[in-house]
Amino acid sequence: MTDLTWRPVPRSRLTAAGPPRSPRWRLLPSATVLAIVALTVLVVPLVVDLNQQYVDLAIANQPPSAAHLFGTDELGRDVLLRCVYALRVSLTVGIVAAVISAVVGTAVGALAGSIGGWFDRILMRLVDAVASVPHLLLGIVIVAILRPSLTAVIISIALTHWLTSARIVRSEVLSLRARPFIDAAIVGGASRTRVLTRHLLPNVAPQVLLATTLMVPHAVWHETALSFLGLGLPPHAASVGNMINDAQRSLLIGGWWMSLAPGLLLIITTLAVSGVSGVWRDRLNPKRRTELTW
Amino acid sequence: MLTGTGITAGYRNPVITDVSLTVHPGQTIGLAGPSGSGKSTLARVLALLHKPFAGSVTIDGETVTRFRFGATQRTRIGVLFQQPRLSVDPRFTLRRVIAEPLKGNQERVTELADLVMLTDDLLDRRPHEVSDGQLQRACLARALALRPRYLICDEMTTMLDASSTAALVGVIRAYQAETDAGVLAISHDDRLLTRWADETVRLSAPLRR
Repeated sequence: MTDLTWRPVPRSRLTAAGPPRSPRWRLLPSATVLAIVALTVLVVPLVVDLNQQYVDLAIANQPPSAAHLFGTDELGRDVLLRCVYALRVSLTVGIVAAVISAVVGTAVGALAGSIGGWFDRILMRLVDAVASVPHLLLGIVIVAILRPSLTAVIISIALTHWLTSARIVRSEVLSLRARPFIDAAIVGGASRTRVLTRHLLPNVAPQVLLATTLMVPHAVWHETALSFLGLGLPPHAASVGNMINDAQRSLLIGGWWMSLAPGLLLIITTLAVSGVSGVWRDRLNPKRRTELTW
Repeated sequence: MLTGTGITAGYRNPVITDVSLTVHPGQTIGLAGPSGSGKSTLARVLALLHKPFAGSVTIDGETVTRFRFGATQRTRIGVLFQQPRLSVDPRFTLRRVIAEPLKGNQERVTELADLVMLTDDLLDRRPHEVSDGQLQRACLARALALRPRYLICDEMTTMLDASSTAALVGVIRAYQAETDAGVLAISHDDRLLTRWADETVRLSAPLRR
């Protein structure tokens, strides 16, 4: 027979099993970083009267110093100032492209899922057809047709990235519409549109919002890739991709700071967006709504 | 009179074959049968949620031609589902659950909440913050919101204790006495049906395939 002995639970385990940390503490670091980034990219170009395109070959390739915190590039331009402008462009691309792709994807997924039948099959084959082409390749073709510009980059990213949202929304709608609460709404006289707008879309909103926020850094990376390939913004315009592309030449002569600064800013912004979207996802869960006090 | 005549219905294969059932106004018909015998499928057909392979549904002399969204006789039938937790939108408070078919008539919401004995405090809670019994009461209020001529209760007491069951049946009986509504009560509980229903119909065990 097994000898059972009562032992008190160690204090360390009691602490571990305590209530979870307030989401405010999870949100704070990411939100602070995002707020600083947003304020910087919005306010600095308006307040600081400095030309990010100002070339001064006398101070070219200077490492970080008190005068130039992130150093200067091969044309003597201040890397920190260019980073601010670059993030401004990259975040614009990221946010606009993410929102457009989410709207297109949600519309396609919601229609396919709620109408179903042959309409669903046709739309999903369209999604499969677009997904079968590598999206970077498709993006390059779109930019090539439209000529490289900020608008072309946004359109190319939006048109190649709505598929994920469409699939997420469709599968969620298919799952939701089989639930008894949808039957209950129909019994209560709700039309197809009312069911879609009052029940299906609000219930898929958390997933769509999460996919959209995660899409922002992805779109920034995509813009970076297009610019790196010379298909994004014009070479003189500051974007994170252009800066990294320009900086690769300087790596050979030891100019590590030129790629480190924009790369680091991109990673930090990506992590901050991911952090905020994680807390947002939890916040939108109705089962947790009354447990959260912020 | 709610009538299903020669109903053959199912999903890929028929679950019920050539079943006929009539619910008269003011009458309570019990529907019993083993699991898989097609009680819920028949309830869904009579609730105009599921189109049968064959047969017809008639409501007060009008033959139903369209099911689910297109049904013009939709609001004459109320339904109470088996699992209250799955039959309400998890984002809604109980107040919104009841108000949903009423499109915002708050006076009627208060009237219905009083009828099913839900307090103001409970009305402002979300489904995960109340018990199954309290949630099923909100579902009953929602089912009665549009004053249906017929009420289909699909194993509504499965998740409830005896006192909640008695309370709900009491409310339905009072509604029936007031409006002369017909009730189809589906249950596994023979004792409940004996006490509640005027007549009980039994579906036989499912066919082996």
